[in-house]
Order: sequence, then structure tokens, then C-alpha cells
Amino acid sequence: MSSPVRKRKRYSLGQNVQLALQVIILVAAVVFALFPIVWVASAALNPAQSMVTQSIIPLLPEVRVVYAKQPGTLLQIAAPNGTRVERSAELVLLVEVDGKEKELRAIKNGYVENIRVSVGESYAEGDALYDISSSYFINFDTLLNTPRKPFLRWMFNSCVIASLSAIIIVLITAFSAYSFSRFRFYGRRSLLVLILLVQVFPNLLALVAIYLMLQQIGNHIPFLGLNTAGGLMLVYIGGGMGINIWLMKGFFDSVPRDIDESALVDGASHWQVYWYLILPLVRPVLIVVGILSFVGTYNEFVLARVMLRDKDTWTLMVGLWQYISANFAQDWGVFGAGAIIGALPSLAIYLMLQDQIVGGLTQGAVKG
Amino acid sequence: MNRQATQHNPNRRIRGGSGLLRLFVTYLALALVDAFAVYLMYVFAADGVIELAVAVGVVTIGVNIINLRQGLYALRWIAPALSLMVLMVVYPIVYTVYVSFTNFGDGNLLTKQQVIRILAQETYLPEGGNVYAWAIYANPAGDYALWLTDRNDDDRYYFATLGGFEAVASIEPGADLPEEYQGYRLLGRKDALQAARKAEDLVFGSAAQPIGIAGRREAGEFAQRLVYQPETDAILDMQSASLYRAVYEYGRDETTGEPHKTGQFVNGQGKTLRTGFIAGIGTQNFSSFIERDDIRGPLLRIFLWTISFSLASVFSTFALGLFFALIMQNQRIPMRKVFRTLLIIPWAIPGLISVAVWRGMLNENLGVISNIIRAFGLEPPPFFIDPGWAKLGILLVNLWLGYPYFMLVCSGALAAIPTDMYEAAEVDGAGWWRKFRDLTLPLLLVAVGPLLIASFTFNFNNFTIIEAYDEGGPPMKEAGNLPAGHTDILISYAFRLAFGSGRGSDFGLASAITIVIFAMVACVTLLQYRLTKGWEETSENV
Repeated sequence: MSSPVRKRKRYSLGQNVQLALQVIILVAAVVFALFPIVWVASAALNPAQSMVTQSIIPLLPEVRVVYAKQPGTLLQIAAPNGTRVERSAELVLLVEVDGKEKELRAIKNGYVENIRVSVGESYAEGDALYDISSSYFINFDTLLNTPRKPFLRWMFNSCVIASLSAIIIVLITAFSAYSFSRFRFYGRRSLLVLILLVQVFPNLLALVAIYLMLQQIGNHIPFLGLNTAGGLMLVYIGGGMGINIWLMKGFFDSVPRDIDESALVDGASHWQVYWYLILPLVRPVLIVVGILSFVGTYNEFVLARVMLRDKDTWTLMVGLWQYISANFAQDWGVFGAGAIIGALPSLAIYLMLQDQIVGGLTQGAVKG
Repeated sequence: MNRQATQHNPNRRIRGGSGLLRLFVTYLALALVDAFAVYLMYVFAADGVIELAVAVGVVTIGVNIINLRQGLYALRWIAPALSLMVLMVVYPIVYTVYVSFTNFGDGNLLTKQQVIRILAQETYLPEGGNVYAWAIYANPAGDYALWLTDRNDDDRYYFATLGGFEAVASIEPGADLPEEYQGYRLLGRKDALQAARKAEDLVFGSAAQPIGIAGRREAGEFAQRLVYQPETDAILDMQSASLYRAVYEYGRDETTGEPHKTGQFVNGQGKTLRTGFIAGIGTQNFSSFIERDDIRGPLLRIFLWTISFSLASVFSTFALGLFFALIMQNQRIPMRKVFRTLLIIPWAIPGLISVAVWRGMLNENLGVISNIIRAFGLEPPPFFIDPGWAKLGILLVNLWLGYPYFMLVCSGALAAIPTDMYEAAEVDGAGWWRKFRDLTLPLLLVAVGPLLIASFTFNFNNFTIIEAYDEGGPPMKEAGNLPAGHTDILISYAFRLAFGSGRGSDFGLASAITIVIFAMVACVTLLQYRLTKGWEETSENV
């Protein structure tokens, strides 16, 4: 009566110890993997901004009234914007910011320096004040509102360049993949091998040549020259051909040929077969190639840095590099904010599509 | 979906009657492309950039042949990809090879034609030539003219239009300039400034009496100073009458042992003109690897570090990835999927950002890791000052970046190993180590081997991590004026030689180093194909 029900296997003590050990190792691994991310996220949320004062849990500096010259109701602040109110004027608050006493006098638009006091409120010793510079999002605020470093503009450039490049790469490589998969022509095999071989050399290596070529092209076709999104996209698209043709061809090959052969017999043209039959069937690989190209282009940094000279044409990565290469320790918090926003697109894509991407990877590995 | 599409097709046939129209459209499009290509080739050739003109030409001819020959129908589908690859990948590679045999760099940035054109703009005042003070006039058509007052004789006036020159006798000596003369109006101060800027390059006066503006106050019978003579391939300095010969020879002079001034215009006294041109210098860039003290040492070190960096990166990421993959094999681990997702996060973050975050965390004075080490009472290692520690830091960061990839790949490969093999091994009494060494590892390496090699080549050119970690620093002392750092790998060294700010660019030398990288990568890739029989795989198709 008892035996058929007990399907659960019994594990030996050794196996259980092993499991516990494995889980401990994995937890340690996760800590290793996530610590830098948690740390930079904490930096981004920390109003302290610089590396010196960072703690893992971001703390807002505490601001308290330690002495109010006129206890009781705060009088009307009638000063116009930017006027400094002298000691003798209506308001002198002695406040404590992170343990340091600070006397606040200047009034701007209802703010006493960075501390907002509401007109008509009463303040007494020990009252907490709200420091507008110490919101958890002050770094994000700085990041998005520094005209010298137009972060949103960079983000926009990156998205435009990456998505246009990805779309064009998908369009062009799908054509080629169709041909390599469906036609049998002289030199087909050698051409495929040649494409793969050429692709082995990253275009980073020919940086000098590409730079000079764009310079030359730009003299006559301005929108494809140096310092333009068009020129950079040309480089990305040119460099994205080989490997993606191969990836696509593999998938095109897996669509049975009888489907299109019967359509051809029925009198359909190759264009019709391609557009109405094959493309809908290979949509998954189109999406994968598009997304991988997008992420690759979005993350690219070296070519963009060399090709783009003007601040307004920069991509996100080139812009972020500005925070890294100078005053890194001071700008740490703002960089953190930029890093979080900047990493979001590719992080989201990878996590959402991890099964597809992992599938593609392991398939390739096992096949090899 | 498919069936519907198939049935739909016959109704959408566009063949038959429209064939002629299609042919016409094809030809028209092709003609437009050709016209544009010819224009491009023309302007590139005029700039002296023959190689780019040739590249455009080759692509255009290819596109034409493919589109005009019916037999090449299949290639029409590939033509856009091929054109792009030829222009953006193949041409740059060929061009890099070419540049590596030239002196291309600061001081020699332009082609000979461009240099001659720039030098031709220099003018001088020949002896006995007249100098005038000038005022600028313009007529309603927008043509400019100059009123000239003789510097040597204040009472003599001339009027020079574009193509005409005449003495003016009609006004009193010392009088104001006429507001209007022969339909030209005297320009006011503000307009005159703008006009002068435009008129600077114009030649006024008749052919016998050319007048040019030389300065804010001076105009005169200026003449071109540096005249290129095609027959002698030299530039004649009209002022000093000395002849500057274009030098193409390279290497050293046999009698004096001095290096030739390749790519310069040199006169008899050995003086050069200010601008040099791009010239071939043979294998000089390559031989400087050995001959120049400021290159030999650094290059060797960088080369060795590049190889050890790549090998160590591949080995460490593979080992850690495999280790995690082996653990994850245990089906009893709770929340395996969550663990996997969390563990691949480093892989999903843009490399530049991750490396920069690590750079901040490892900062000697303020970084969190240094603080943690300090909390244990130890002195934090100088991760950016000491070459050894810097290298270790880079390897640590690269381990973090790279293990998820191998974890994923190994998981897949491990899952493909049939379990009955393990059971058989267990029956034979094999322990876990024997199973791992004699069963798992060999089978795994068959599958993952090519990816290990690919990872090697990737790291070989992993510019981003080097640049973002510390821009190749700390600097190498023996490199002298050339930029080289202890953590530089070949590609970043070449980059610094070419684009290193402030220290001048040497595109030739940078390209020569790039060629070395090409060669290495090609060898490794060939090895990869040997191992995987990739050549055969390409013939496989459905």
C-alpha cells in the first residue's frame, strides 16, 4: 500500500551536503556578479555624488534646525529672487547638515540656499528641514540637466543610430541570405567562405583607413562624412554584414525548400516567394539579428569616439566616457545615474530574450 | 498563413506585359547609380585619392555586371551586402596594408597634389613690383574691383577690375576716393571687410598686370611663390630661385648615412618646404620595430602582454563559467532559473559601463574594494599605478565580464552529453574526478573548443576593456615620446600611435602594427578551422 505512492527519491546525507555547498557557492557567485551593479546603483541614488562619501545604502543628509533666531513663525520672506538677506533681516536659521553647523541667510525664490523653508510655517529647534539638493534623484537630475553634457541628446543619437543600423542590416542581410540559401550559382561556396574570412578582421583594426575614408567622403557627401550619424552608421552597417549573413542563412536553410519550389512552379516570382512566403517564416531570426545588431551598435564605443567629434553628435557611450575620463571620482554619482539609464536597454533586451539568445549560443556550441 | 499566401500569389503576378517597363526602370536606376559613382570617382581622383576612386569604380563595375547579366541573377540579391563589404571592410583592410608602407602621419598628411595646391597659394612680391594701397568697390552684379593708390607716388591712381587695369587721371591728387566709378560703388567699412575676405583669392587686373590683395593695406603685383614644375617634379621658389626636389627614395644615404627626407620637397642645401606629402617608405615602418629603441622594447612587452592577457582571460573565464555550469547541472538546486538569470547579468551590461564601474570600485584611495581591504588592516594594492597590479585588475574585471558567456555555452554543451555514458563510467567505478577528466572535459572541449579560440581572438582585440580600465596606463618609460602603457595591448597601442592626442599621429606605424595583428588573427583563425573542419561545414546545406 505504501510503496507505489512513494515516488520521491531519498537522498543521502552526502548529496544533501553537496547541494548545500552548491547553493552556498551560487549565492557567493551571485554576490560577485551583482555587487558592482548594486554598488553603482547605490552611487546613483546617493546625493553625496562623489566617491568619497558613498555608502552602500544611500543616506540623505539630515538637516535640522538647531537654532532659530526668531523661534516661532517664520516671517514673510519678501525678498525678490536672488537677494541676499542679511543677518539682521527676518530669517536666520542655524541648521545642522551632517553634523556641521551652517548658518543660512541667502534667500532664493523661497529657498534658503538648498533648504526649502515655507513661508508662514513655524520652525523650532530640532525640526527637520527638507534639503532640495539631497533628493535620491539629484544625480539623475544633474545628469539630465547639464547643458554642457547633453545626456538625453546622446541617448537619442544612440537609439537612432542603433535602430536604423539594425533595420538596414536586417534588410540587406536577409536578401543575401535568401540568395545563398535558395540559389545555386557558381562561386557560391567560395563567396560564403570569403565573407566569413573577411569578417574575422574586426573593422576596429582598419580604424585609420575608415577614418580617412569618411573624411574623404564627407568632403563631397556631407551627411556621410566624419562627425555625422550617417557616416558612423555606414561603418556599422558595413561591418555587420558577414556574420549576420551567416546567421540568417543558417535559419533560411531550415525552412523546407518544397514550400517555395511549389510556389515557383505555380508561377510566383522569386520576389513574391521571398516576400510572402519566406520572410514570415524566418521572422524569429530577423528579430534576433536585429536585436543583436541593435545591442552591439548601442554598446559600441571606440569607432564612435573616433568618428564623432562634436558633442551634439556623440552617442551615449562616447558621452559617458566623458564622465569616466575626467573627474571620475567627483562625478561618480552622476556617472552612476548615466550608467543605470545607459545599461537599461541592453539589460532589458538580454533578460527578456535570454532563452532565445542562450538557445542560439548553445545550439552553435553543440553543433560546432 | 502560408497557404493563404500561396494562393494569393497568382493574383499578384507582375510578370509578362510589364517586362519592358521593368527593364527600363532597371536601366534607369543603374544609370543614376553609375552617374553618381562617376561623379564620386572624379572628385576623389581630383583630390588625389586615387585608391578610393578605384574602390568606388570596382564596386560600380561589379554592380553593373551583376545587374546586366541574366546569369548572375542570384548575385543581385547579394549585391548590396557585397558592395558594402567591399567598401567598408575589404577596402579599409587593403588600404591599411598600403598605409603601412608609407610615411602617412603628422607632417605628411596630404597627397602630393593636395600639397602642391596648398603651396601654390603662397605669394611673394617680386623685385620691382608695384605696391598699392587699396579700397574695394562692387558693382550691382556683385563683381568686385579695386581702387589702387601707388605707394611710391601718392598721386597716381589705378582701377583694377576682374580682367581690366587702367590708370585713373580724372581726380585731383589728394582728393577723397570717388563714391562711384565706372558703375562700381565704393563699399562702406562693414561691407568692405566682408568683400575683402571674398576677394582675397581673386586676381584682379589684366593678364599683363595681375593684382592681388596681400594684406589689409597692401595690394600689388604679387606672384605665385612656389611653382610646381611637372617636368622636373620639383617646386621652384621664385623668390630665392632655389629648386625643391620631391624626394621619394627611402632608407639612408649611402655616403652620409643620413636618412632620406622621404615625402618632402628638399633643395640643394637640404632645406625642406613646410608641408610634406604621403610617400612610400618601403618596409621602414616594419624595420623600425627592431631598429628604433623607443619601439622595440615596448612593442615586445606589449606583444607578450597581449598574448598572456588573451590566454589568461580565456582560461579564467572558461574555468569559472564551466565551474558554475557544473554546479547548475544539479536539478535539485532551488530557483535554478533565477540563479542563471542573475549570473548572466554582467554579460548583459555594456562593456564600457561595467569596466568603468570596476574602475571606480578599484580606485586606490576612494574605491569600495580598497576600503574593504583597508578595513581588514591591509594596504590596498595599487591597482592603477603598479603595472603588475594593473594587469591583475584587468584580468579580474575581464573574468567578471566574460564568465557568463562560458557558463551559458558550457551548460548547453553539458546537457548534450548523454547520461548513460556517466552511468557506464560509474559502473566501471570511476570517481568524479576521473569522470570529469576523461569524460566531461574531452567531450566538452570538442563542442566548446572553437568558441575558446574565438574568445581568444576577441580578447586579442579587446580594446574597450583596456581603454576603459586605465587607457593603457601606467605609462612605459622606455617608449620616450611615443605613447605606450604597461597594460596596452597591440590594438590599443596602434590606436594610440594613430590617434594619441597631443603626441602626433603616425598612421604608417600604426598600420604596420595592425598588419601584425591581422597576421596573428589570420593564423589563429586558420587553426580554428583546422580544428573544427569549418571548411567542410560551409559546403553543407539543405
